[in-house]
Amino acid sequence: MSAGLTLAGVHTHIGRYHILQGVDFDAPAGRTTMLLGRNGAGKTTALRTIMGLWRASKGRIALGETPLQSLAASDVARLGVGYAPETMAVFSDLSVKENLVLGAREGPLDDARLKWIFGFFPALRKFWLSRAGALSGGQKQMLSIARAIVEPRELLLIDEPTKGLSPAIVGSLIDCLKEIKATGVTILLVEQNFRVAVEVGDEVRVMDNGRIAHRGAMRDLAADQALQNRLLGLSLDSHQ
Amino acid sequence: MSAFDVGAALPRQKIDILPALTPVIVALVAAPLIGSFSTFLTLTAAGIAMGMMIFTMASGLTLVFGMMDVLNFGHGAFIALGAYVATLVFLPLASWSSADSVALNLAVFVLAVIAAALVCGAFGWVFERLIVKPVYGQHLRQILATIGGAIIAEQLLYALFGPDQIPLGLPKTLEGSFVFGQAAVEKYRVLATVVGLAVFAGEMLVLNRTKIGLLIRAGVENREMVEALGYRIDRLFVGVFMAGSALAGLGGAMMALYRGQAHATIGGEFLVLCFIVIIIGGLGSVGGSFVASILVALIANYAGFLAPKLALVSNILAMVVVLLWRPRGLYPVSGR
Repeated sequence: MSAGLTLAGVHTHIGRYHILQGVDFDAPAGRTTMLLGRNGAGKTTALRTIMGLWRASKGRIALGETPLQSLAASDVARLGVGYAPETMAVFSDLSVKENLVLGAREGPLDDARLKWIFGFFPALRKFWLSRAGALSGGQKQMLSIARAIVEPRELLLIDEPTKGLSPAIVGSLIDCLKEIKATGVTILLVEQNFRVAVEVGDEVRVMDNGRIAHRGAMRDLAADQALQNRLLGLSLDSHQ
Repeated sequence: MSAFDVGAALPRQKIDILPALTPVIVALVAAPLIGSFSTFLTLTAAGIAMGMMIFTMASGLTLVFGMMDVLNFGHGAFIALGAYVATLVFLPLASWSSADSVALNLAVFVLAVIAAALVCGAFGWVFERLIVKPVYGQHLRQILATIGGAIIAEQLLYALFGPDQIPLGLPKTLEGSFVFGQAAVEKYRVLATVVGLAVFAGEMLVLNRTKIGLLIRAGVENREMVEALGYRIDRLFVGVFMAGSALAGLGGAMMALYRGQAHATIGGEFLVLCFIVIIIGGLGSVGGSFVASILVALIANYAGFLAPKLALVSNILAMVVVLLWRPRGLYPVSGR
């Protein structure tokens, strides 16, 4: 069973801006928690702070019982945290294979796991030796996620995986995320697409102005249009 | 899931050969202007040898600049240090250098360049920890700190070795020239070319065939993501900085032997050329630096023969023309 994530009173300053202003939430072990919110609510900052790419100025972040808030990003990753950023951040000058080799920090690529990944990301097998920079946006997103899961992880942080993708690819991505979810890994997923959130999420945390405005089960939020309107300024109907 | 398959096949990866051909194009343009084939051959061989020595010095700088985003104006100090270390090996082993033995002659050369690389690599570690580390991510302070470091290093070299040039003779085997018809190619230039090619081959092998190389290439493009994958980028930085300093020392030793003397000003003199080369080549690109080094050296040689006054500005002109054609250099690295 993978470990759960807890944030307690987390503050993050970037320059003179106070972005996270006391964030409290948990992502239960083995569950997929959606982190929703309007643009600028602090979702990406929360993920980057958990990952150690930005340092929390105050508060506690823990993976299971292990505190993360004072660790460098490399140490956070070594605890089994995989990260697929909003920008995808694939290494354009490296091949698909080389990108995945770097993802497999513990040793050589595991054939069985690669086969599992190719099962839902077949394009990566097809373009195995191609430059990652030449892939389409959707394929780069696949590579970014594949790199995050090329080794077993305790926690996956995925930032807006459907951003800018066509509806057909979004549908496929939902299937992929369900496959990953079925392995029992804890997932914290930032998503703007409410349909994706409803299909993939077990839990939901909604951010507003650097704080958590709502915690609950995803299905409860999906069923409550008034709550959706209040928290997110949208309704599920408008996304269907 | 089939949606990921429906995209058209990737466009065939274009091999951008034109930048690599620029030295050849320059040579072809210069040949009829020079007229005499033997002169052209001599100038070209000398240019390639000089290019290889410049590449050895500049390739470390391009990796440090490309990967660490550090403007290391102290790089010249390692070139000068390498030159002095070579003298420290050559002076006590003068009998080996003048012996009628190819093995002893080559041994003193190999010892000198290896010692220069090792000592400069070690001092690179000290320089990175003391001077560069506190100013990561702060370009203006990097310039000030590394220039300051270079001045201190240069003054220390003056204090240790004195202000005068230290003569440095080539080993007996490496004196003289190979003669091809009317053309003469100095033996040492041939050796410098071989060493430069070996350095280039070694760097390409490490960068393309090892995981460390993968990390360096990835780090040049996106340092933050390398760290988010669990690699300690600061250790990689130190390693790259030490390797860059070692290469500067190796190049400095080679250049001092070529000139027949060591002096602290050699560092500052070649630092500017190194920056020109890495800008022309594309910041962070070892292959680009290799092509740019040969290009710059050939242009300087041809210009020196055809229009000596033009030779004074030929490097800058070459840089301007290349940047007008390719604003990010001959072989730009993604993300830079």
